[in-house]
Amino acid sequence: MFASAAIALVAVLWWATAGALDRQTDAAIRADAIALAERWREAGATGLAEAIEERLAVDVENESLYLLLEAEGTRRLAGNLDRWPNAPAAEGAWFRTRVLHDGVAAEARLHRLDLPGLRLIVGRDESEREQLRRLLTEGVLWASGAVVLFALLGAWMLRHALQTRMRPVFATTAAIAGGDLASRIALSGRGDEFDRLAQTLNGMLERIVTLMEGVRGVSDAIAHDLRTPIARARAKLEDALSDVPDEAALRAAVEQGIADLDGISRIFQALLRIAEAEAGARRAAFAPLDLVPVLADAAEIYEVAAEARGQHFATDLPERLELVGDRDLLLQAIANLLDNAIKFTPPGGTVTLAARLLPAAIEVAVADDGPGLVPEDRAHAGERFFRADKARATPGSGLGLSLVQAVVNLHAGELRLEDATPDRTPPGLRVVLRLPKP
Amino acid sequence: MRILLVEDDAEVARFVKKGLQEAGHTVEHATNGRDGLFLAASEQFDMLVLDRMLPGGVDGVRLVETLRSQGNRTPVLFLSALSAVDERVKGLKAGGDDYLTKPFAFAELLARVEALGRRPSVDAPATKLRVADLELDLLSRTVTRASKRIDVQPREFRLLEHLMRHAGQVVTRTMLLEKVWDYHFDPQTNVIDVHVSRLRQKLDKGFDKPLIHTVRNAGYMIRAEP
Repeated sequence: MFASAAIALVAVLWWATAGALDRQTDAAIRADAIALAERWREAGATGLAEAIEERLAVDVENESLYLLLEAEGTRRLAGNLDRWPNAPAAEGAWFRTRVLHDGVAAEARLHRLDLPGLRLIVGRDESEREQLRRLLTEGVLWASGAVVLFALLGAWMLRHALQTRMRPVFATTAAIAGGDLASRIALSGRGDEFDRLAQTLNGMLERIVTLMEGVRGVSDAIAHDLRTPIARARAKLEDALSDVPDEAALRAAVEQGIADLDGISRIFQALLRIAEAEAGARRAAFAPLDLVPVLADAAEIYEVAAEARGQHFATDLPERLELVGDRDLLLQAIANLLDNAIKFTPPGGTVTLAARLLPAAIEVAVADDGPGLVPEDRAHAGERFFRADKARATPGSGLGLSLVQAVVNLHAGELRLEDATPDRTPPGLRVVLRLPKP
Repeated sequence: MRILLVEDDAEVARFVKKGLQEAGHTVEHATNGRDGLFLAASEQFDMLVLDRMLPGGVDGVRLVETLRSQGNRTPVLFLSALSAVDERVKGLKAGGDDYLTKPFAFAELLARVEALGRRPSVDAPATKLRVADLELDLLSRTVTRASKRIDVQPREFRLLEHLMRHAGQVVTRTMLLEKVWDYHFDPQTNVIDVHVSRLRQKLDKGFDKPLIHTVRNAGYMIRAEP
């Protein structure tokens, strides 16, 4: 593109200079011829011959060529050419030929003019101009060559530079396409567009990896932990089929089977929710909200359950707690905590839901009078399907706290487990959610 | 009711069709979205039960969008294996009226179908709801039974209102959670049962005829006859 533009420019230049030289010569010859014809009209053949001799005498550059002959015959009346040029030409013709000028062969531009009884040739020796033109042509050719060369060189260098800068991107994308999701594009540190592109791509890769891990987490959990309840339900149904011929018992077994399946599908649902929260896929449902009504709703839903078990239920909530988050998931997290607390608190005990506004965070705490968690177990409490030894007798999937953990992570918060009343035995458990203020 | 079921899974379709017919409804069945759309657009139905994902180029969402764009306002219940919240939102945005995730209990489906098919008419908003001698005044927000005032908390009032608006129909626990508490979550335990039994105690105390009945494996129903 650049090369062709440059070549076009050179061509125009060439035409303008070399062409102008030619046109200048022609114009001079024409003017000369008209002046001589005028002279002939005034002073006849003799006057014309004189004029020619005069002109030749003053021509310092020795460029002008003249030849005046009789129309019939070859007698030279005036001029500096020895003989009529070889190229036969008609009256008024313009032509270019080689002539002998001062004993040297020279390129000449000639114009033939016929007058009654006379033949006249007016011309210019073009040797010098020809030389100039040659020089010009050579220059133009060299320039064009250089342009093409530099264009090619420039293109190659640009391409090379681009390739060098893009090579890490290609290498990384190829590695990722090949299955190595951990590889990242190396930054050059120059902070230019390429680095910015690499940073964006790396950010995208991080996100993909997080999502992939969420998906992998679910499939792991399905593989490991759904098989057990499925196997249990299957065994029970098979048992019922082989052992009990009695219809009522069979019906009971089928009903139990359906209940087991419902339980499995609830575990599945919980796993999906955890994975969704962990992968951050639910951030789309984030909206500004006041957490207090959500907490109040949770309290209202679970208060009756606590009272039905003979427990006290206490709340301590502020006026407002502004937050950006997922309302359903936050309620689910609080519900899981309250459900746990109610499950592990003995009759007569107290379950407390409290929230307060800290300078930089919102703190929600659920405390119970239950057995509490030994420090070793606290670290595992957020893991899927983890159940403390003491909890094995109570119903539950072991997914409640891992969902809470996932929801807290999704909201960029922290989850802390501690003794509710460290000086008493049992110490009870307090679960503290600390969510950042918007 | 005349119900159109669009479901490609033969087993689920058979199960749903049989159940709805046993409950006294007429069921037409289409196995793909194209046929479903053709039937829904050319015949009169009281209710559409649609699978969210359907073969034949027209999925449940497209089907509903097309119907709604033609001004067809037949209530639509989505059945879907896609449980993610935004899938649910997508379904309801397209013009669906309710969304039920697979696997589901048939009782849940039936309760939702009947609730949708007999929605209270919008043009004549009632100010009082009555079941036998129980009366709920929506303006003064009071509950009386046999002219005797019963004190209920605001949430209990909403719970009772929902049950009474669907008097004679089964209302499931998840429907109550969604409609009365307005949350989509899994309460883990039977908290809804505790709320209902509290309300029941308040209503039935001193009367020999219970009004709120538990429907086994399904939910609750308020009605005059036991």
